[in-house]
Amino acid sequence: LAPWIPVVGLEIHAQISSNSKLFSGSQVQFAAPPNSLVSFFDASLPGTLPVLNRRCVEAAVMTGLALNCSINKKSLFDRKHYFYADLPAGYQITQQRVPIAVNGSLSYSLCIDNKMSQMVTKTVRIKQIQLEQDSGKSLHDDTSSQTLVDLNRAGVGLMEVVMEPDMCCGEEAAAAVRELQLILQTLGSSQAVMAEGQLRVDANVSVHHPGEPYGVRTEVKNINSIRFLAKAVDYEIQRQIEELENGGTILNETRAFDSKLGCTVPMRDKEGKQDYRFMPEPNLPPLILYDSKSLPANMNHQQVINIDWIHERLPDLPSVKREKLVEQYGILPEHSFTLLNEDGLAEFFESVVKQTQMKPKKVIGWILNDLLSYLKQHSLTVKESPVSSFLLADLLNLLEKKEISSTAAKRVLVELWKGEGKTPLEIVKEEKLELLQDQKELEQICQAVIDGHENEVIMMVLV
Amino acid sequence: ATLKDGLCSQVSAALKEGRVTPTELCQRCLALIKSTKFLNAYITVAEETALKQAEESEERYKRGQPLGILDGIPIAVKDNFNTAGIETTCASNMLKGYISPYNATVVQKLLDQGAVLLGKTNLDEFAMGSGSTDGVFGPVRNPWSYSKQYKEKSIPKSHSEDEESNWVITGGSSGGSAAAVSSFTCFAALGSDTGGSTRNPAAHCGVVGLKPTYGLISRHGLIPLVNSMDVPGILTRCVDDAAVLLGSLAGHDPKDSTTIQDDFKPFELPNLTDVSKLSIGIPKEYHAPGLSSEILALWSKAADLFKNAGAKVVEVSLPHTRYSIVCYHVLCTAEVASNMARFDGLEYGHRSDTKDSTESMYAATRREGFNDVVRGRILSGNYFLLKQNYEKYFVKAQKVRRLIANDFVKVFRSGVDLLLTPTTLSDAAPYTEFIQEDNRTRSAQDDILTQAANMAGLPAISVPTALSERGLPVGLQFIGRSFQEKQLLTVAKWFEKQVQFPMIQLEEVKRHDNGVFQHQKSASFS
Repeated sequence: LAPWIPVVGLEIHAQISSNSKLFSGSQVQFAAPPNSLVSFFDASLPGTLPVLNRRCVEAAVMTGLALNCSINKKSLFDRKHYFYADLPAGYQITQQRVPIAVNGSLSYSLCIDNKMSQMVTKTVRIKQIQLEQDSGKSLHDDTSSQTLVDLNRAGVGLMEVVMEPDMCCGEEAAAAVRELQLILQTLGSSQAVMAEGQLRVDANVSVHHPGEPYGVRTEVKNINSIRFLAKAVDYEIQRQIEELENGGTILNETRAFDSKLGCTVPMRDKEGKQDYRFMPEPNLPPLILYDSKSLPANMNHQQVINIDWIHERLPDLPSVKREKLVEQYGILPEHSFTLLNEDGLAEFFESVVKQTQMKPKKVIGWILNDLLSYLKQHSLTVKESPVSSFLLADLLNLLEKKEISSTAAKRVLVELWKGEGKTPLEIVKEEKLELLQDQKELEQICQAVIDGHENEVIMMVLV
Repeated sequence: ATLKDGLCSQVSAALKEGRVTPTELCQRCLALIKSTKFLNAYITVAEETALKQAEESEERYKRGQPLGILDGIPIAVKDNFNTAGIETTCASNMLKGYISPYNATVVQKLLDQGAVLLGKTNLDEFAMGSGSTDGVFGPVRNPWSYSKQYKEKSIPKSHSEDEESNWVITGGSSGGSAAAVSSFTCFAALGSDTGGSTRNPAAHCGVVGLKPTYGLISRHGLIPLVNSMDVPGILTRCVDDAAVLLGSLAGHDPKDSTTIQDDFKPFELPNLTDVSKLSIGIPKEYHAPGLSSEILALWSKAADLFKNAGAKVVEVSLPHTRYSIVCYHVLCTAEVASNMARFDGLEYGHRSDTKDSTESMYAATRREGFNDVVRGRILSGNYFLLKQNYEKYFVKAQKVRRLIANDFVKVFRSGVDLLLTPTTLSDAAPYTEFIQEDNRTRSAQDDILTQAANMAGLPAISVPTALSERGLPVGLQFIGRSFQEKQLLTVAKWFEKQVQFPMIQLEEVKRHDNGVFQHQKSASFS
């Protein structure tokens, strides 16, 4: 049987972290009472006009720069038309013709064969980033044949990040999205929490034989976590391969991922191909961005965005942070990945290192093996850790000074997890875990043991 | 008071001096509205709130603290502007009963200056039309239908015929506003202008109609027809008043991203006496097919007027004029299809009782809410926006639009200050005749002289010039350079002074007038 090459592309919608919406002043907030964050414009009241939110543009520029994109100094807004209950104006304002950023790349790392020690770096091309409005939410109440519409989310700013079909499987897709998530969170341009709908991923999947053109692709939606993303993509790849090997064909359709069943199912909603009748948004002039070279001298700085200014103020991206951690602390690259993968863990680690004489190379083991596994077992975040960096550093100092053994230290840690407020030293004293350093005392104890077990000692000497 | 001062300034002076009070003024206008109800110029008369505003104005005058020249002045607003607490219908079933929670920026500005909002005026549904005949509240009648001037000239075709069937249209789509100003029920009115909708009815009703430069006055709160061409229009009885209104409305609005950022300084119109430095262009393409010989003669006479006064009058060419109607049709219908998509019955406005499905509710709501004109434009617009048609129609039309705009740029660059053209092809048609053709045909015919200024975003003004043989008003149009309203209005004012357009002689008005309304010299330009 000829081998199959799976091809995976992604369309990711990231909600912009901002106080107000993309084109209106109503607030952006998760889980507010229904229809409590809706301005006249959001409700599409006739005669209202969009006004562009500066913060949203800055967020998109930051993200574009972090993803190595070219920032378009002139980009345009368009209307994308379709009728739906959660789209009050009957169109979405988006950037179809000329988006704000294009032609970037994202590097991410994978473990080969699940071995953390063998990591490989991959790159996915970023086709573009565009600014667009989020829609409201509609809830279908089938029992009373009603649709309930909540417009709180209508008009919230989104960055759509389009990743080219450079990925080949669920693992790659998941790793790419994870890295994007970290980047967005580092920049602060999006909180990117998938569970709160701040990061939504649609996967485009197809398969083909080597040397042949790409196969028909399907779009998989409704993926709620990175774990499910990997599952959904892998399932869809398998499904397509099986279908084709059985002589079937793949329909260019949209499918939803059913997390309970672990499979993709066709979505009834999409009937036929929609013609969105794109049209330029006439109420928004072209978005002009400047850099230090093109910025006119007498411009009102409140009214312009300087790309170079934003570039200079970009924080260290995850990849840079990891390199710095490896260089500064002599830890392994795979350690740096785990540190950054857990919110707050890198900071915790650095904090402990500061407060202890123990070498970072040794501290890392305690962080990754003991602390992290405990947190995972109890589903806690680093922030929620009952053991603070101060306490852990305290404990590691005792170990470093050889006042306790490594085994004893683990015992103390178990006690510390209980969060009863005791210091490591107090626990050591309570449990009598001190290492004996006094030579004379040791001799006395040994002598006492020998004296108490004369027969066994004689036996040992004779044998 | 001299002829230099506009009507509004004279009334303002009268209010300051206590010769008349805001409440008296308001009550008189309201009474006149009642007695001219047959004109059907108003959809909503906001009697209570208007009187309240008048009272508040009166208090300010008593304290000697009027807010400005417009304090206490009764005005009317076309019913496609949002007015908080007062119904805004766009003359459509879709918005019958719709009470907006906010004021359009231009409305707010007028109210902030103490103007008294008498009510909302009638129009073609959603401003689509050139007759003000296609709204759900019925057609607007041109006050001149009932004027002595018209009645004298009209020959009854049969003894049973009377003014009931003889009445003429106002033109459109801001016909209600034009009729309101023309019949003295208010001192100024807001209209809108997308293809001529302020200038056309102004010409037919014998009032001044100003279309400002696109981007000068905020559209926030103006329910849009074509976002890239719409402007709020100003209808007044004289050019000075148009300048006053312009001064109170123009300027950047952060709520409208298409308004210019530059500061706008309100100006007083100088009394131009020397036109020798002026260069007036006469675009030959505006000698359009169907232009009545009467209006052609008037246009020619006006050109001679400038020439004889020492101005340079040259023939110019705007070669792409003849494509503007088709171009407008594509761009207008495309934007209409888009702008009307929000009327789905969910958030506001009419909602059909159909409960089968959301889709069927949309369809029924829109079928019930929109008239044929609106639905026709939506269908056309959606057709042009289809992926397979977009390049052929929409993009092509955008390119043609650029050519039309460039025609004007070239002409103005060649040294011409202003263009002088007719506003309409003929005087106002009788209603019975007008409705023989459908809305689309009429619009295509009537917009030809006004449309291109909207394409190019240029300011233009229609000035009442003379009465036709039928005793009906004819206006001539000046088109100016972008943001050069001062020059445009200065020349228009000079022209207005030369032509001395006669005042309408209406029975109803005579009864209510006791010297407050200004008289103009009776000699006329014809």
